[in-house]
Formats: sequence, structure tokens, C-alpha cells
Amino acid sequence: MSDTTLLLVLLLAPLAGAMFNGARYKSHNGVLAGVIASAAMAISFASAVLLVLKLGGLGEEHRRIKVDLFNWISSGEFEARAAFVVDQISAVMILIVTGVGTLIHIFSIGYMSHDERPAKYFAYLNFFIFNMLLLVLGENLLVMFAGWEGVGLCSYLLIGFWFKDSEKSAAGMKAFITNRIGDAGFLLGIFLLYVTFGTVSFSELAQLMPAAPESAWWGPITLSCLFLFIGATGKSAQIPLYVWLPDAMAGPTPVSALIHAATMVTAGVYMIVRLSPVFIMAPNAMLVVACVGAATALFAATIGLTQWDIKKVLAYSTVSQLGYMFLACGVGAFTPALFHVMTHAFFKALMFLGSGSVIHAMSGEQDIRKMGGLKKKLPITYLTFLVGWLAIIGVPPFAGFFSKDEILWQAYASPQGGFTFWLMGVIGAACTAFYMTRLMALVFWGKSRVPDSVHPHESPASMTVPLIVLAVLSAVGGWLGIPELISEILPWHPHNILHEWMHHAVASVKLNHYSMVIEWSLMGISVGIAGVSAWLAYDFYVRRPEVPKELAEKAGPLYTLISNKYFVDEFYFDKIINPIVDLSRGLWGYIDVNFIDKITYLASDLVTSAGGGLKAIQSGNVQQYALYMALGLVGIIIFMVVI
Amino acid sequence: MLLTALIFLPLVFGLGLSVIKDDAVVKKLTLAFLIAEFLLSLFLFAKFDPESAKLQLVERHDWIAAIGVQYFVGIDGLSFWLVLLTTFLTPLALLSGWTSVDKKVKAFCFALLALETTMVGTFVSMNAILFYCFFEASLIPMYFMIGIWGGTRRLYATVKFFIFTMAGSIFMLLGIITLMFLTASQNGGQISASLLDFYKLHIPFVQDEFFSTQTLLFFAFAVAFAIKVPVFPFHTWLPDAHVEAPTPGSVILAGVLLKMGTYGFLRFAIPIFPQAAEQWAWAFMLVGVFGVIYGALVAMVQPDMKKLVAYSSVSHMGYIMLGMFAMNTQGVSGALYQMLNHGVSTGALFMLVGFVYERTHTREIKNYGGLASAAPLFTILFVIVTMSSIAVPLTNGFVGEFLILLGTFSANKIIAGFAVTGVVLGATYMLWMVKKVFYGEEAGVVLEHKAHGLELNTREILAIVPLIILIFWMGLSSNTFMHWSKASVENLVQNHGQYQLTIKEDEVEKSLEKAVAANSAKKVLKATISHEAKNEL
Repeated sequence: MSDTTLLLVLLLAPLAGAMFNGARYKSHNGVLAGVIASAAMAISFASAVLLVLKLGGLGEEHRRIKVDLFNWISSGEFEARAAFVVDQISAVMILIVTGVGTLIHIFSIGYMSHDERPAKYFAYLNFFIFNMLLLVLGENLLVMFAGWEGVGLCSYLLIGFWFKDSEKSAAGMKAFITNRIGDAGFLLGIFLLYVTFGTVSFSELAQLMPAAPESAWWGPITLSCLFLFIGATGKSAQIPLYVWLPDAMAGPTPVSALIHAATMVTAGVYMIVRLSPVFIMAPNAMLVVACVGAATALFAATIGLTQWDIKKVLAYSTVSQLGYMFLACGVGAFTPALFHVMTHAFFKALMFLGSGSVIHAMSGEQDIRKMGGLKKKLPITYLTFLVGWLAIIGVPPFAGFFSKDEILWQAYASPQGGFTFWLMGVIGAACTAFYMTRLMALVFWGKSRVPDSVHPHESPASMTVPLIVLAVLSAVGGWLGIPELISEILPWHPHNILHEWMHHAVASVKLNHYSMVIEWSLMGISVGIAGVSAWLAYDFYVRRPEVPKELAEKAGPLYTLISNKYFVDEFYFDKIINPIVDLSRGLWGYIDVNFIDKITYLASDLVTSAGGGLKAIQSGNVQQYALYMALGLVGIIIFMVVI
Repeated sequence: MLLTALIFLPLVFGLGLSVIKDDAVVKKLTLAFLIAEFLLSLFLFAKFDPESAKLQLVERHDWIAAIGVQYFVGIDGLSFWLVLLTTFLTPLALLSGWTSVDKKVKAFCFALLALETTMVGTFVSMNAILFYCFFEASLIPMYFMIGIWGGTRRLYATVKFFIFTMAGSIFMLLGIITLMFLTASQNGGQISASLLDFYKLHIPFVQDEFFSTQTLLFFAFAVAFAIKVPVFPFHTWLPDAHVEAPTPGSVILAGVLLKMGTYGFLRFAIPIFPQAAEQWAWAFMLVGVFGVIYGALVAMVQPDMKKLVAYSSVSHMGYIMLGMFAMNTQGVSGALYQMLNHGVSTGALFMLVGFVYERTHTREIKNYGGLASAAPLFTILFVIVTMSSIAVPLTNGFVGEFLILLGTFSANKIIAGFAVTGVVLGATYMLWMVKKVFYGEEAGVVLEHKAHGLELNTREILAIVPLIILIFWMGLSSNTFMHWSKASVENLVQNHGQYQLTIKEDEVEKSLEKAVAANSAKKVLKATISHEAKNEL
């Protein structure tokens, strides 16, 4: 098949699925809807694989399949074509999106089997994939932006999928609007890049970059990158716009896995990787990206320590892991950032789906204080979740170890990194190990605290099979990027496949030179600290369950602060949203109703009374008119004489 | 003949309606006619040459020759889509009010037909006096539409609507008369009200001097159009007019009448007074961006659905002002596109609000809740239109808003920085309404009226679906549409300062030939007459 056909199938199969199920929005047949949607995904995945194989067959220098469909928007010099490109970067993404996407679609068949409107759910889910593919395949900023907003729309629809619950629909709205703040920044970034370079095409932008990086903070490249990064903080839930993601857990759990863990939230990272030739020219902007990433990684991890909702723990964990990816982008480690996008997609999708299986088994309960000892009741869910746990806390040789370690190493060794970034990353990793172990302990280990009314049961095969596949990927996915350090001591010296695949496609920085001893010790320290932290959590929550309570009491205000998520939501409400609403009421009441309209009335009253005055003159009395005429004549004569 | 037919057929048909007694027949005939009129307007695609920036399909006849007033109509890229928008929206408007308008049906149909005549007339008039007549005449049917078929406070709303717009027009009339005198002095005594002659005028302009002729004249026109648009602070007539207007009235008012204001800027204020427009562009951009934010903020706290949509119009029209006064290709073509978008999406919003109002007789947002459970299809359509209104990509709204913002950014980065906040605020008020009305448990009037069916019926679906199709069509394939206005927009932008509009050559020849033929015929006639006269003698 030709490139165009393959790409069209890749893109349009999910769209067709969405339209088919959308037209049957009233249907209650969840299995049919789910099978159709999953089939559409499988077709899409197959064409993604074929495309990537084709791409791999091309010479290393020419790995780029471009499909230009039509002229979408053009005006004057400006042109944005509906053009798509499969290259090394988007190849990784389309495999993740369609691959993990297919698994989550299949999982959804079981999960949504009792839902009222499953066809609508699958239509939204398919439509999301279509938009996500637009985002990653787009050859210019505008097509990317179309996908960018499209995934936001689907996220809104799916978070508020159970719209009868006002809280859920409010969460959807919060997500959309927070994202829109980012999107406004994204738009400004597009405008500035276009005005500066006269194009929105990625490949043309890369060619137009100056030879030397821009040092001024107010230079156009730096500002564009910062504006685009505002967009990334919205979509990828970074400080200060991360607040929507924890609330987004109101959506069905497979949605959390697909959109709010594996794919959509990584769009910001993807955007920066895609624009790496531009970002590399703006070291100041990269510094901001790294700082925000590191801060978010640490900040969200601390909140994760105190949450009681299984999905909220995972949500803050996602925010934190995304922080690592931005830290990587900020220090110029674009390939490791994408590597972490991939491994995170595996293990976090796994854990979200696992939590979905737990919630399903617990008849909707999400509070981990009411769980415990589920290991025996849900063996498959437990074992797969265990793999996810090992992966995220960075135990070698599970996937998370390789990607996180590479990020930490480059955060240390990159000329744009440093010890502080590394340290923040390591502390964040320690927190991650702690809250994840805490989660394992409270859900699966220890004694059961399950209420008597609930009878947990293992989920059906349609749900456990995707879990198993993702568990395997979480276990071995990291082997695609084995660092030189480890490769050397392994007898068969494996290649760093991902690095070799990517190095032509992204910009890179030259790392400072350090001895292998330092590299080994840093790796050892981070793994060691995470291990100690995990052991502590195990000790606290399984062996001595009274300790955490005492600790929380001792920490007092600090605990209150953290468990209330630093009161950020409250701050936004009190200091930003409510004042704006008050202002709006004021504008309407004082300016529209009491000022402009009052003036109009005044003017119309004036006209009326003037008219009333003139009315008296028109009495209909002929003699009176004769008098006026006479007076007028006299007036004219006087006027003429005087002049 | 095509333009003349498009202008006057509705009026003639409306007069003809007086012989029919049965209301139901009148309504059906009117709908059939309006559809036929739309189909007729499609001939424009065949007759109009999009590659040319010149005035086409020209018809020109003396009317009041002594003062240069002619019946002079023609069409170019600026007016092309607005004419089609008018003929497209009018039948849909009638369909949307099919059952809600239940008294004096014949009069209503006549008002709608007369309105179509004045709207089409406004967009194709190339003689200022003719334009003024149509521009003003459009008030009359709208006045009756709100005043007779409107809500409880309809009299207040009509008077406010009338006074506001009339007040502005007076300035414009003064401006037109002054321009006509100027043509006389610059054309060697030949007085003219033709726009083509207005464009040729050299109107005295003093930089930074408000009281220079060109600046004063510019403002005379600008105020008239600004009220029509409406631009802050002249906007307060709009929410009241919309709230009281019947659904078809709102659709036409938002869809077409407001565009007369923005069209006026493109046709008169900017090209006739280029230096003044350029000098004061910043002020209008400022007013535009202020309107974007102000309209959105006030929309956010509206308790009434229609008022909310009306204030959203204020915000959207602010974008159009921004684009026009950015005075670059992206800004102006975006503004022109946004005029159509606003007609489509706001027209659709007013329709949808009207449909639910017809069932529940309330528009108070707080009386609603959970409509999505009771009327899923209605909800889907409403959400699609919402997405168009808040400019989500792949819908029409995005293309217009993006180009406007891009144009604005090229013209003034700070103003563009403020304008993008509209992207956020727009989503806020629309989604807030969607959440309150459609989501949550079924509540209030939704529960009360659920038994009678809140879902759309076939007639309503027929009225809304064409708009939904356009939302996606215009969003995906903007070039298909912009192609037809491109040449004229570029002519306007690139020749700023020496803008000229000429009549397309082959048409000039044709009309010349006709004139020659007419002349020779006259001569023959004269000759025969004199010959006969001689004979009689």
C-alpha cells in the first residue's frame, strides 16, 4: 500500500469508528460498540506498524514519510497545509498511541459493559485517538494545534462522561478551561514564530534557525518557546496549570489510563521534542522548562504521599512523572524525555487499568483506606500491578529504571543541568517510591479493611489480558534504551536501540565529561535512596500501621498543608476566579445597566421634553403662526442689519 | 438582472401574498419562495469571477439624476458571501419559527421578505444614497418583527433598537451628503453619490488633527457602523433586542443585520478615508479588543440564555473589528470569514435556544438542569455549535479567529496578547451554560416538560442541520470559501491609500454596447418621430 493510503487508514479508521458509534448514540449494546471501536483501533495500529516498518526500511538520513493532503488555511503569505509526517519521533508516538490505545479500548469493553450509553463512550474514545494522531503526525504547528485542542475537547467530554454528576461535569469544564489558558499561550507562540520566520512548518522552522543560540530573554525564539511552553503546562499538567489533572480522575478509569496518563498529557513533551531544533536555540527558555519540570516532579510527588483516593495517588504521580520529562527536555535530553514518555505510557497505563480493575472489583470504591489484602482476591491484577510498581520506582531491569536513570544522569551531566536538578529528581524519586509502596501496601498487602458488603472478584479476561500485555511491556520496554554504561558490562553488549533510532531526528547537547565512577555512583545513590524509601513505606504501612498516623499528627500544619494539596485550588478560586466573576457582575451592573443605559434614557428624555416644548408652539392657531412669521421676519431683518 | 432579481423578488412576492387568505398556505409558499431565492442566488457562483477584484454583475440606471443618485448595484468579493449568507439564513430562520410565530402569520412572512430585500440591497448597493435607503429600511421590518411577535418587554426593546441605530445613521447621512458635495467640487461640478467616485476623492487630511475633514467624515461613518456592529459602548441595545425578538428575528439580527455594520467599515469607512482610518486604527483595535473581553466577561454572569448569546455576539464582533483594523490580509480575510462564521454559529445558537424556549417558556439558566438526559440529540447539536462558537479547530470558528488573531499579532503584539484572553473567556461562558443547562440531574423545567418531549422534531432538525454541515465544511476547507473573496480582500489591503474599484471590463463593454445600441435606437426613433412630425406638417 502507498504511504498515503496507510496514513489515511491510520488516521481515519478511528474517525470512522467514532462516527459509526456516534450515529448509534442511543444504543445500549456495549459489546458491539466496543468491538467495533477496538477493531478500528487494531486496524489503525496495524497501519502504524506497517508505516514504521517502511520508515525503518529507508536509509537513516531519509527516514521521513510525508503526506500532503490539501491546503487547509491560507491567507496572503500565510499557509497551513493539512500535511502529515511520519519520522523517528512521530513513529514512536503513533506506536504508543495506537498500541496502548488498542489495549485500553479492549479493556473498556469489560469495564463499560454495564454503562447506559456505551456507544457514546466508544465514539468519544475513538475520536480522541483521531485527534491524538493529528497532534503527533501534523507537519506544522497548526495541524498539531488542531489535534491539541481536539484531544482537549475529548478529554472534556470523557471526564464529564457521567454528566449527571455535577461534580464530574465541573471537572470536565475545569480541564477544558485550564487547557485553554495554555492554548492561548500556544497560539501566541505560533504567531510569534510565524511573524519571525514566516512559516509554521516544523521542517522549515528547523532549517531557518540561526547558527548561534539566542541569549536575550526577550528574543523572539526564547519568547516563542516560553509561550509554547505555557501551552505545554496546560496540556501536560505542569505548575501552575496542573490543577485540572487530579480532578480529571472523575472520568471513567480507562480514560484516565489512556488520556490522562499514557497519551494526551505527554503532548507537551512531544511538542518540545518535535521543536527541539527551536528550543535548543533558546537556552533561557530551556532553563525555565527544566526548572518548572523539576519543581513539578518534586511538588506533585509530595502531594502523592498524602492522598487516599487510589486514582488521585496515580494522578499526582502522573503529574510528577511528567515533570521528569520536562526536566529532561529542559536540559536538552530530548531522546530520554521521549523514552520516558514511552515507558511511562506502559507502566502508568498499566497501573491505571489495574486501579480500574480494583475499582471494578470493589463496586466503585476508590478509597484505599477501605481496601487492603486484595492480593489473594485479585491475583492477576495484583501481579501486573506489582510489575508496574517495580517499573515506576525504578528497580532494574524494569522499564522505568532505564528511562528515569537516563533523565537523572543527563540532568546532572548536561551543560544545562547540574547537581540541583539531579538532587530534586532523586528526592522526587524517593517520594515516588514511598507513595507507590504505600499504595501497594494499602491496596494489596496487609490485612483486609474491605467492608463486608463488598465482595471483590477478579475481572474478566477482556480486562486482564490488556493488563498482562502492559505488564510485559513495563518489564521489558526499557531494554530499548540500555545505556552504554550497562551495555559494556553485559556479555552481549546490547545496542541502545532508541538512541540510534532517534539521534538523527532530534537536537542534542554534548554532555560534560565525567568518569564512569561518578555515573555508577549516581545511579547507585538514586536506586538506593528509592529502595530505602520503599522499604520505609512497607515498614510503615504493613508492619506498623500506627506509625503514619503518629507521623501525620507530629507534622501537624505541614501535613495539613500537603494533604490539602498546598491549598492551590483554593488560592485560584479566591484570588483569580471569584474576583473575575465579581468584576463581570460589576461591569454588567454598573456600566451596562446603570451607566450606558441611564445616559441613553437621559438623552431620550431630553428629546421627549424638547419635543413637548415644541409641541406647544404648534397650536393650530393661525393667528399665532402669523405672529411667529412676523417675529421671524423681524429676526431676519435685524440679523441682516447687524451683519 | 440577477442582483435586481435577488433584491426585489422577495418584496414583490411579499406583496403578492396579500391575495392569499390561508395562513398555512402563506407560510408554505413563503418557505418555498425563500428556498427558490436561495437557489437563484447560487447562480452567483456561475456568474461571478473570483479571480477579479473588480465590481461585477453591475446594473446602473439613473434615479435622481440631478444629484447623481443612481440605482447602482454590483457585487465583489467583499459582498459575495454576505449576499449568500442572507439568502441562506432567511429560509432557515422562517423554518426555525414555523410554530412559534402563530399570530399574524402573513404579516410576519411579509416582514421577513421585506427584510431580505433590504439586506441583499444593502450588500450590493454601490451608490451611497441607495445604500443608505436599504440600510435604514432594514430597520422597519425588524422593528415590527420585534414589536409585534416579540416578548413581554418588546416595546422597550424596539424603541431602544430603533433610537440607537437611527442616531448613528444621521451622522452617516450627513457624511454622505458632504462626500457628494466634495465629488461635485472635485469632479468639475458633476455631483455623484457613486462609491466608485467616492473612492477617487482626495479628502483633505491633516495628520494628528481630529478636526480635519477626512477624520470627521471617517468618524461620521464609523459611529453609524459601530452602533450597528455593535461596538462597546454602543452595544446595550443588542441584548435587549435579542431577548425580546422572536427566534427568526434573532437569527436574522445576529446572522445578517450586525454584519451590515462590519461590512460598512470595509466598504466605506476604511477605503474612502484611508489616512484617517490608518491613523485611528489603534483606537478601533482597542475598542475591538475591549469588546472581546468585556462581552465575554459580561456574558459569563448572564442569567438568561439569550442574553448570554447576545453578549457573546458583542465579544465575537469585537474580534471582527480587530481583524478589520489590523489592516493586513490575514486580519481582513479573517474578519470577513468571521462574519460568516458568526452568522452560522450564532444563528444556530439562537435557533437552539429558541427551540427549547418554545417548549418550556423560560430562558433562565437556573431553571434548567440535566437536559442532556432528556434530549440527547439536541445536546449533541448544541455542543457542536458551542465548539464552533468557541473556535475549536476543524470548525469554522477556528479559521476566522485564528486569522484575525494572527493579523492582529502582526499589527500590534500587545493588543493580540490581550485578545487571546478571549479564547479562554469564550470557553468559560459557553461551557458554563452547557454545564448548567445540559448536565447534572434532570431538574426544574426539564422534569416538568419531559413528558411532552424535549427532543428536537424533524422540522427543527432540518433547520439546524444545514448550519452544522457548514460548521465543518467551512472549518475543514476554508479555501473553498475564501477563494471567492481573496482577490477583493487583497485589493483592499494592498492598495490601502489608493484604493480603487472599477467595473469589470467585459461588463463595461457590454453596458457600453447596450448604451450604444440604446442610443442608436433612440436616434432612429427620434429620426422617425421627426420624420413623422414633418410628414404631418
